[in-house]
Amino acid sequence: MRFLINGQPVEVDVDMRTSLLDLLRDHLNLHGSKKGCNQGACGACTVLADGERILSCLALAVQYQGREITTIEGIAEDGQMHPLQRAFIEHDGFQCGYCTPGQICSAIGMAAEAKRGMPSHMTRDLGAEFITLDRHEVRERMSGNICRCGAYNGIVNAISEVFVEAE
Amino acid sequence: MSLKSAAMKLMQKAIEHAPDSMMPGGKPDPLITRKHGIVGAPVTRIDGPLKVKGAAPFAAEFEAEGLLYTAVAFSTIAKGRITSLDTSAAEKAPGVRLVMTHKNAPKLKPTPMFNTQPKAAGPSDLPIMQDDSIHWNGEPIAVVLADTQEQADYAKSLISATYKEEPAVIDFDAAMKNAHEPKTILGEPPTINEGDAEAALSAAPNLVDKTYTTPRHNHNPIELHGVTLFWEDGELYVHDSSQTVAQSAWTLAEVFGLDEKKVHIWSPYVGGGFGSKTLWQHHVLAAAASKMADRPVRLVLSREGVYRTVGGRTTTQQRVAIGADADGRFQSLIHTGVAAMTEHNDCPEQFTFPARHLYATKSFLIGQKVADMDMLANTFMRAPGESIGTFALESAIDELAEQIGIDPIELRARNEPESDPTTGKQFSSRNLIKAYRDGAERFGWNSRSAKPAARRDGEWLVGMGCATGTYPYYRMPGGKARLTVSKDGFVTAEFAAHEMGMGTATTQTQVVAERMGVAQQCVQINYGSSDLAGVFLAGGSSQSASIGASIHAAHTALVEQLIKLAGSKSPLHGLDADDVESRDGGLHTKKDPSHGESYAAILRRAGKDELSVEESAPPPMELQHWSMHSFSAIFAEVGVNTITCETRVRRLLGSFDCGRILNPKTATSQFRGGMIMGIGLALMEETIWDSRKGRIMNPSLAEYHVPVHMDVPEIDVMWTDIPDPHTPLGARGIGEIGITGVGAAIANAIYNACGKRIRELPITLDKLM
Ligand code: FES
Ligand code: FES
Repeated sequence: MRFLINGQPVEVDVDMRTSLLDLLRDHLNLHGSKKGCNQGACGACTVLADGERILSCLALAVQYQGREITTIEGIAEDGQMHPLQRAFIEHDGFQCGYCTPGQICSAIGMAAEAKRGMPSHMTRDLGAEFITLDRHEVRERMSGNICRCGAYNGIVNAISEVFVEAE
Repeated sequence: MSLKSAAMKLMQKAIEHAPDSMMPGGKPDPLITRKHGIVGAPVTRIDGPLKVKGAAPFAAEFEAEGLLYTAVAFSTIAKGRITSLDTSAAEKAPGVRLVMTHKNAPKLKPTPMFNTQPKAAGPSDLPIMQDDSIHWNGEPIAVVLADTQEQADYAKSLISATYKEEPAVIDFDAAMKNAHEPKTILGEPPTINEGDAEAALSAAPNLVDKTYTTPRHNHNPIELHGVTLFWEDGELYVHDSSQTVAQSAWTLAEVFGLDEKKVHIWSPYVGGGFGSKTLWQHHVLAAAASKMADRPVRLVLSREGVYRTVGGRTTTQQRVAIGADADGRFQSLIHTGVAAMTEHNDCPEQFTFPARHLYATKSFLIGQKVADMDMLANTFMRAPGESIGTFALESAIDELAEQIGIDPIELRARNEPESDPTTGKQFSSRNLIKAYRDGAERFGWNSRSAKPAARRDGEWLVGMGCATGTYPYYRMPGGKARLTVSKDGFVTAEFAAHEMGMGTATTQTQVVAERMGVAQQCVQINYGSSDLAGVFLAGGSSQSASIGASIHAAHTALVEQLIKLAGSKSPLHGLDADDVESRDGGLHTKKDPSHGESYAAILRRAGKDELSVEESAPPPMELQHWSMHSFSAIFAEVGVNTITCETRVRRLLGSFDCGRILNPKTATSQFRGGMIMGIGLALMEETIWDSRKGRIMNPSLAEYHVPVHMDVPEIDVMWTDIPDPHTPLGARGIGEIGITGVGAAIANAIYNACGKRIRELPITLDKLM
């Protein structure tokens, strides 16, 4: 099977039952995407598929052949940390760091969704062409990413610094 | 009383009455008074870059040649015997290398139980896969090893078992009928009786007497419990996710009959623990299977597997009764109750501990019992006892305040004790009322209406509540550290401690830099391996104190050796360790700071590359000499929806009195993290128990609800920052106090919002209908 992961083509034969998450972790040595539940409940495994956030534990690897997959290992730009990675450090947006790659990938996908005008439960104007994120929008849209350490305030602060337009 | 316990009692009395100066911490740590140092600075996490890149390696992420994957099958009855266990199909399934059951498992000794020996880490003393008997619903009955995870999971699905069930105690109400007093509650008496508390209660003009219940909880760290391990030349190497590396290594050595030096546990990164990342059966099973298959093994429990085999917080029923005179002064304080436990473990969930230390009262009745059940051994989870004990006690205080018609903070202030109410000892440092006053001002407490249901915001009723949180100061025996200084002025500190996200690596780098008087960049910390010095527990909020005391001791020893090494040509010649201090990369006399020499100069002159010492911290006798506790005042504002009855936390503030704060940035995250778990405890968390089958019914993150982003408002934290004169660096542990008091503060706020008093956690919307 052929995959495109973080801009690199890779060819690997795996069991048809292998999830995208297990493909990354067990077969490609990309351990940045984490497994917290393996059933779509925690968000630790979030990666981007053609720029959209997905839960890689609920995705069969075989279905993602040829799609552009971006994991936490691939979001740095020119060897520089992504601004959101830097903001997470600055705002102490984690403790143990286990949910962190998922939070960061999810936030990048989430910002793109808002830009495309995809509404959330918190969106007041459903007809708006694009949505301005505020803290409520961020919290609502990030609620699929659990942080048991409870670094939520720091996470929202980091995301707000990078993606929320100054109000 | 046996001779041994009589001798211990005598010893304890002697420590209590010994002069302060003879105690560890009797002489305040000199670093307490050093201001503007690196201790106390908001240093950013040093492991941050690795973690945001997903490059910090966790236990299940280590590669090994020929690694096998594991799946575990669990029993479906609570008690009885396996009558048949058919593994033939599983054994023939593709990729399968081993199916291990009680029929072929190697002989394994049971794990010595926690607290029975200095390094014992066993969650219970049950045999592990040694015979056909079943002790709880979810006990492992088979382990499959295969080339891939998919193959292991599939093969496991082909295993079938039948059982002969035996009568099991799986209903808490029934179990409570046989509740009994354990010998001790973590070394404290289960019962304290001072005066006639029941009579004083009935005679009091104001009284509350209520029952509170709390459910089972699971820790749910996001990283699943797992190991990657292998055997080599008769030694066992384990990549683990652990908050007990030294204890786990010793205990595994006992199980396999090895010298403890032959078991090596590495755990530099832990994806959350909260009390759960200790030693459980999966460690033993993975090591045994690896030995049988002669291959490296990775065993990662599924989320369900964690619920089935890693214990959580137990369920309790508590009675709190308080009798007060017309002014609100306590005449009687009663806190009794029962926690579910098993016959095979010793984890009584010390919910009566807060009542022993918080209030002055004329009479006391404290009584804590356990009810034996046939279930997975329960264990400690963030603030075992204090988290749920403060829910009951601090709800009752609120109820009493309303009855008397007095502000709940004022009621607490009126009953603030001079010295420890049950032990009579002096507090090492206690500033609870200051924490209340500071917190009340910042929170805007005076805008609260004493009358419930008085404030409306659209379809929401809004209310405020407050409660006290408290957690003991612990320092564990066994602390030891190695300090090495090299001729280029670099310092390495090594100790077998843990980083689960608390900030250990960062704060201890600060601590070592300050202690040694070098820049933070010159310090390297090695931790998270059982091969390093000392025994530490990332639990009981004890780790910072235990490391702090060990480094202090190692530093004193290092200074003595440096002075010796400096020789007669040095300006330090003839001085005592007490005469000098570590500053600016070297030793300087206290009298004349210009008088001294750098570490590098001392080592170079002596022709040495480095100097290294290992030293133990003194035994933690201070714990028996003073009453040592941290305190907090928690303030909550909630909205209760008049249509759906759901509760939302609008504002939450924690005002803490935990001694000196070593790193305000990581401490803020620790406090907030605990308080958020407190929101979960108050409003949503419950491990649902089937009392017909003794089985956990919601073993998943989809059905066990923990707080998510939308449940958590901006959380304000503040602290008194008053150093405790009797602890290393003036600090007390902060890992657990955050969760304490939050349950009651939210319950009290809900009452203030809508007038409904809920005494049964969690406070879900159905209870407010
Ligand atoms: S591991 Fe995919 S959502 Fe939890
Ligand atoms: S940082 Fe530990 S789970 Fe989020």
